[in-house]
Amino acid sequence: MTIYYLPTHEYIKVDGENGYIGISEYAAKALGAVTYVDMPEEGDELTAGEEFGAVESRKAASDLFSPVSGEVLEVNEELADDPRLINNAPLDAWIVKVKISDPSELDKLMDEAAYADFCATQH
Amino acid sequence: MENETKHTCLHECHVGLGALMAPFAGYDMPIEYEGLDKEHEAVRTACGVFDVSHMGEVDIQGPEATRAVNHIFTGDVSAMHDGQCLYGMMTNPDGGVVDDLLIYRRSGCDYLLVINAANIDKDLAWIRANTAGYDAAVTDRCPDFGQLALQGPDSEAVMKAALGIDGSDLTFYTFKTLADGTIVSRTGYTGEDGFEIYAAPDVIVEMWKKLMDAGVTPCGLGCRDTLRFEAGLPLYGDELTDDITPVEAGLGMFVKLDKPEGFIGSDALVRQKAEGVKKKVVGLRLDGGATARHGFEVLAPDGDEVIGHITTGYNSLTLKQNIAMALIDARYGALGTEVRVRIRRKTVPAVVVKKRFYTPNYKK
Repeated sequence: MTIYYLPTHEYIKVDGENGYIGISEYAAKALGAVTYVDMPEEGDELTAGEEFGAVESRKAASDLFSPVSGEVLEVNEELADDPRLINNAPLDAWIVKVKISDPSELDKLMDEAAYADFCATQH
Repeated sequence: MENETKHTCLHECHVGLGALMAPFAGYDMPIEYEGLDKEHEAVRTACGVFDVSHMGEVDIQGPEATRAVNHIFTGDVSAMHDGQCLYGMMTNPDGGVVDDLLIYRRSGCDYLLVINAANIDKDLAWIRANTAGYDAAVTDRCPDFGQLALQGPDSEAVMKAALGIDGSDLTFYTFKTLADGTIVSRTGYTGEDGFEIYAAPDVIVEMWKKLMDAGVTPCGLGCRDTLRFEAGLPLYGDELTDDITPVEAGLGMFVKLDKPEGFIGSDALVRQKAEGVKKKVVGLRLDGGATARHGFEVLAPDGDEVIGHITTGYNSLTLKQNIAMALIDARYGALGTEVRVRIRRKTVPAVVVKKRFYTPNYKK
């Protein structure tokens, strides 16, 4: 699956016309132990660049921004019971599965190499 | 530049340890080193050390020092014995809190006031203006002191082993001055036993290095906030402001309304105590996993009426649940009252509970 990133550290793993959205390893590490994931509901419509939830640690609440527009097909219920999954394996612990409504939006995102460069510029 | 971020004497040490740094009260301060949760646990179970050199120190000295301090302070320093510490507030004529502070009584004509970093300029101006009529000198001692807080059940043993300072003769809220002028008090801001040490900046740096060599956990302001919050201790700017009185904050036990000469704000506080408060700081226990944070709205149990706001909130490490302190309409302030908190797009049920979530382990 191809993976893309936003500068706000959300990723989307693209699987055909669907995508899995979560937060990057960099973001998970910066947040510390995740205590709660505030998720949208199945059927909600996400808009590219807009807030759709939050990931919380003891330190802070970090808003989630959607890399693409589309309908939420599924939310990762496992995170409700064990939000620490995000720290253990952020790329596996996707938060929502969406139906990508406009694949051209992916062109505006960073690919893996560009995101790695971007993280290196953050302190 | 007037707004340039200041450094404490330990700044280089923090950077060297790889701490996450952030501005706090005008200083570039460590928020965490290896992680807030680990540091919080170290203080609850063993010992941790904080750089609190950003705190302000002020001397009030002279023949009328006791009267001068009593005029601006909610507590009664005339009833203190030498070598004792006393917590309390300075209040404005409306009873609002100018600052909360610790007072160290060296003698009846010699007091040290320890004030919040964010309020140093405001406090100094306030203290000078309001003690001008007394035969007592006000001296800004901030440049003379760095400060460490050694906190946790192992603090006494660690201080002895790593620094060679014996604290066994100090009971809670007492202090002593060592031969080199270092002040050691059995005080803190974590709900645990521990000590606060004031010394010249170079002495503080040496102590910090010795504590690091001894393996003591360096602790940042992140866990300082979670620890004080669990113990129900207020933070100026959150639970206390110029517009919140000690009575509203639930800190009436630190206000001596029967001092013969009164103090600035005492008339307003006497009146408020008689009439009852309109708003008060309460504890809240929240349902579910989302954390209520500073500034979030508190709502009535039904309808959309905003009855107050969260002052501090965390997912408590010690209690494993979401708790908060909130300033709310006093009509909803009784223990057991059900309210709601707006957290982003959702409203979450909460119940009013005692705000001392964690029972402190002080060595009385």
